[in-house]
Amino acid sequence: MSGKWTPSRIEDGPLVTGRGRFLDDMDPLPGTLVAAVVRSTQPHARIRGVDMSRARAHPGVAAVIGPDEVLAALRPFPLSTGAPMHYYPTGTDRVRFVGEPVAVVVATDRYTAEDAAELVAIDYEPLDVVVGARAALAEDAPRLHEDAESNVATDRTFSFGEVDEVFAEAAHVVEGEYDFPRYSSVPMECYSVIADWREGADGPSVEAWANFHGPFTMVPVMAGALGIPTSKVRLHVPADIGGSFGIKAGIYPYVVLMALASKHSGTPVRWTEDRIEHLLASSTGADRVMRFAAAVTADGTVTGLKVDLVDNVGAYLRPPEPSTLYRCFGNITGPYTIGAVQIRARAVVTNSMPTGLNRGFGGQQLYFGLERLMDAVADATGLDVVDVRRRNLIRGFPYETPTGGVYDSGDYHAAVDLAVKNADLAELRARQEAARAEGAYYGIGVGLVTDPSGTNIGYVGLATPAEQRKPGRDKSGSTEHVRISVDMQGLVTVMLGSVPQGQGHATVARQVAADRLGLPVEAVRVVVDMDTATTPWTVTSGSYSSRFAPLVTSAVVQAADRIAHTVRAAASVMLDLPPEELELADGTVRHRDDPSRAVQFRHAAGVVHWDPGALPEGTPARLYEEAAFTPREVKAATRDDRINSSLCYGFVAELVAVRIDPDTLEITIDRVSSVHDAGTVLNQQLLDGQVHGALTHALGGAMYEEFTYAESGQPTSGTFLDYLCPTSAETGYDLRTDHVVTPSPLTPLGAKGSGEGSSMSFPVALANAVADALRPTGVEITKLPLHGEVLHQLLENTTQKELS
Amino acid sequence: MKAASFAYVRPATLDDVLAELAGGDGKVLAGGQSLVPVLAMRLGRPATLVDINSVEGLDGLARDGDVVRVGATVRQRTLERSPLAAAVPLLPLALPFVGHRELRSRGTVCGSLAHADPAAELPAVACCLGATLEVAGPDGRRRVPAEEFFVGAMSTGAGPEDVLIGAEFPIAGAGEGHGFAEIARRHGDFALAGVATRVRVDGDGAVQQARLTGFGISDRPVTRDVTELLRSAGPRRAEPDLRAATAELAAEIVDTGGDAHGSTGYRRRLFAVLAARELQKAHRRALPTATEDPS
Repeated sequence: MSGKWTPSRIEDGPLVTGRGRFLDDMDPLPGTLVAAVVRSTQPHARIRGVDMSRARAHPGVAAVIGPDEVLAALRPFPLSTGAPMHYYPTGTDRVRFVGEPVAVVVATDRYTAEDAAELVAIDYEPLDVVVGARAALAEDAPRLHEDAESNVATDRTFSFGEVDEVFAEAAHVVEGEYDFPRYSSVPMECYSVIADWREGADGPSVEAWANFHGPFTMVPVMAGALGIPTSKVRLHVPADIGGSFGIKAGIYPYVVLMALASKHSGTPVRWTEDRIEHLLASSTGADRVMRFAAAVTADGTVTGLKVDLVDNVGAYLRPPEPSTLYRCFGNITGPYTIGAVQIRARAVVTNSMPTGLNRGFGGQQLYFGLERLMDAVADATGLDVVDVRRRNLIRGFPYETPTGGVYDSGDYHAAVDLAVKNADLAELRARQEAARAEGAYYGIGVGLVTDPSGTNIGYVGLATPAEQRKPGRDKSGSTEHVRISVDMQGLVTVMLGSVPQGQGHATVARQVAADRLGLPVEAVRVVVDMDTATTPWTVTSGSYSSRFAPLVTSAVVQAADRIAHTVRAAASVMLDLPPEELELADGTVRHRDDPSRAVQFRHAAGVVHWDPGALPEGTPARLYEEAAFTPREVKAATRDDRINSSLCYGFVAELVAVRIDPDTLEITIDRVSSVHDAGTVLNQQLLDGQVHGALTHALGGAMYEEFTYAESGQPTSGTFLDYLCPTSAETGYDLRTDHVVTPSPLTPLGAKGSGEGSSMSFPVALANAVADALRPTGVEITKLPLHGEVLHQLLENTTQKELS
Repeated sequence: MKAASFAYVRPATLDDVLAELAGGDGKVLAGGQSLVPVLAMRLGRPATLVDINSVEGLDGLARDGDVVRVGATVRQRTLERSPLAAAVPLLPLALPFVGHRELRSRGTVCGSLAHADPAAELPAVACCLGATLEVAGPDGRRRVPAEEFFVGAMSTGAGPEDVLIGAEFPIAGAGEGHGFAEIARRHGDFALAGVATRVRVDGDGAVQQARLTGFGISDRPVTRDVTELLRSAGPRRAEPDLRAATAELAAEIVDTGGDAHGSTGYRRRLFAVLAARELQKAHRRALPTATEDPS
């Protein structure tokens, strides 16, 4: 044992010694009052009236607002499509899910606010409910939004390549219908907001704090609802956020709601979501009903794909939905050389919590269908599940998909070979044979996914038909902004707008900047708390779509190189050498061939600050630089609806082996082999952590977690008694992770994102393993989660069918 | 998720506890692992919380003749770590399944018994062993056999003015073997189905008595004498030979309505499997030269 613990991340020391500063620890404005939210107990009802008089009279209450105040002051949030499904931060005419905010009580403290919240009387007229995507599509389904013709919020069909021809010529047409469940990531810290409405000489403004992590497109969306200019919404995000994995992107309606509450109370207002509220009404990944069909040649080559996706986005099309449908548009054919594809993409509204970003966003849903289908292709052609995939894997890069994706790099065959080798597939097959011989269940599943990172927000445009997209109003981009400055002592400050929630952005950005500037990491500090008034940012800023490694670090490189340019110019004067012959290394600026001719970095930086008169002609005395990494490969959707929906595309090859107790039907994971290609590895330990985290997140969705609703529309997983997150006790399986490295040619360091890969691959790999294990029983696996009760029902039904 | 207002008292004597509970709108606070969430969610609104942690004499954990006596404020973890637990072999088998270690370090043995969750482990252990529970109330103290104490889901023979002050677990005698198992969605969750078993054999290894308690399968722990069931399963009392009989037993006693985690049918399946497995184990452990089943 060594005596001293050295944190492997700059973030760790404060976090593990209780010195993290989360939003609820902060008290930036004196006189801040506390809010409680009154929520709907009804899944679907007309609001006849809201009586707030008793709550307003309760001692300690400063303000109570409800639907009338919301309608008087706010505009509906601007949506991603033209669907007439108005969305406000509270129910106004109706409530559409249990937990939907109806009123806000502002009081001296949370206890008083909750006491008064019980006094708000809501008069409901119950309406028929819609539970689940299939019910939403029914001809006679109750409609959630009166102005809309149906519950279908968006419905688009796309076709690329010779779809009809390849299906007509196919030796096999393999079909499947699959359901993907609704689950979250359940961050440890829930939503938290402080909002202050101010009336100024030039009109109203809002200053707010929120543990929001982007996308910062939501800042103009908030401003739109508030009816004030974007620049008059000043948003702070604290340095410490207790996890999100996409879920906290859904906080923005509460920022607007608390700003309105503040306007009425005349004070700043704080609201911190509790776990009950979180599990009812924050955000979740979308559940999906989907049909897939593959056109397959006699030798097992998949030549065409038809997909029909129906996402259940909950009660409203809350932006950035319907993005779950489009995030993987450019990689909808996965890692395979499928040349023709037809897509129908629909999102429907139902009486449930609105959906949004969730680690893997759109990928776990897509690949559940595609990789279950590949197993069906193996069945139809008599090929092994690994062989049939190898036969269809992309070989040459860059590779352009029929939907417009351009895969930047990869070596899919090498990754699959490595995953198979690490899994010791032959040994697993032997275990399976032995298990089957004694009547036990053992199965091996494969999941191969192309892992997109650095989203091109232009894909949102696909929800609108090309002819309705206005010329000159296109959207595109994967831009990230960074500012680097050097102080008078030569200490470097890197300011990020990436709003991390525990990923270790500061550790990596510090290393990258230090490497570029030839400095020890101790000479660099990273600022990650965000202030939209001072931190460089743009609409695409934020922490989502695995964008830190490909985009933010690229901006760090660009900004650092500009700083280096100025420091070399200053040193060139001191050393009397041409700046182009100088390099930054070991804390010095030195001649590249004669390191003895050197000055300290801090002395050269000092010249810029203290003696700008000495600088060469044309060198500004500026040691702060901003970079906006702006890759050209991500453009708006074409007129024929193709789009490169991400800048980078990594790869995951995963094998999962499971054992199922034939008596209790408990599923035990025996082994997982997971190989990732995230391009250049910036920090091995953090990459491993991302893989482990994504695997555990996916384990939750595959076996434990699900937001469920009764036929009545009441949620049935509203506490941690029923919404089950995997714990360390559930993750003790034999895990073998490894990497293949094919650097991206599109990012200066060659890095791609890696935070979401196994979130996409593991759910289907596990399902494939369970299906393989239960093959002798004839049970079909078409949905998740899978656990003993589910298998019991499947086996009972299969037995029933056999008997009848 | 903040509790409605309540009064909090921390009496120093049992008499004062009973005085605070008189009237029936108080609630006993010991470890708080079930009560505090109920308060926070405003599912319960007692006028007064009566904290018994300062009451002298309620924290006793001792061997008393042929029983181990556990006082009202003894933490589950304290019992788990006590050498006394070994004298009641079902306790060390069952305690690791009670929540997680962190919960057990606050939660009390008697609190779990008094809470009477039908899927909890300790009520089942108490029933299987025929433990005695000591209740103090306005009319004095009374001793209640465990099987009579549990009258329904979250419902016991202790009334709103009573406090459970101790539990007595019989010490295992020679020729006794035990089994305990449960299946839950995750480790630490309430059981979908679980069983506690006790088998007694005589000096020749013949089965004298077998007892089984199921939990998570009805509105309370359900105990059966299964001596004949075990005797009928052939000389080895092997699990496969027991399965038909335990399946029959499951059909009889598993009557919980079930939920998304486990339907009635699945719980029957689990109960039948666990009952056979744990009867076999208890029998093997009871034999003079106890041998663990290698499987």
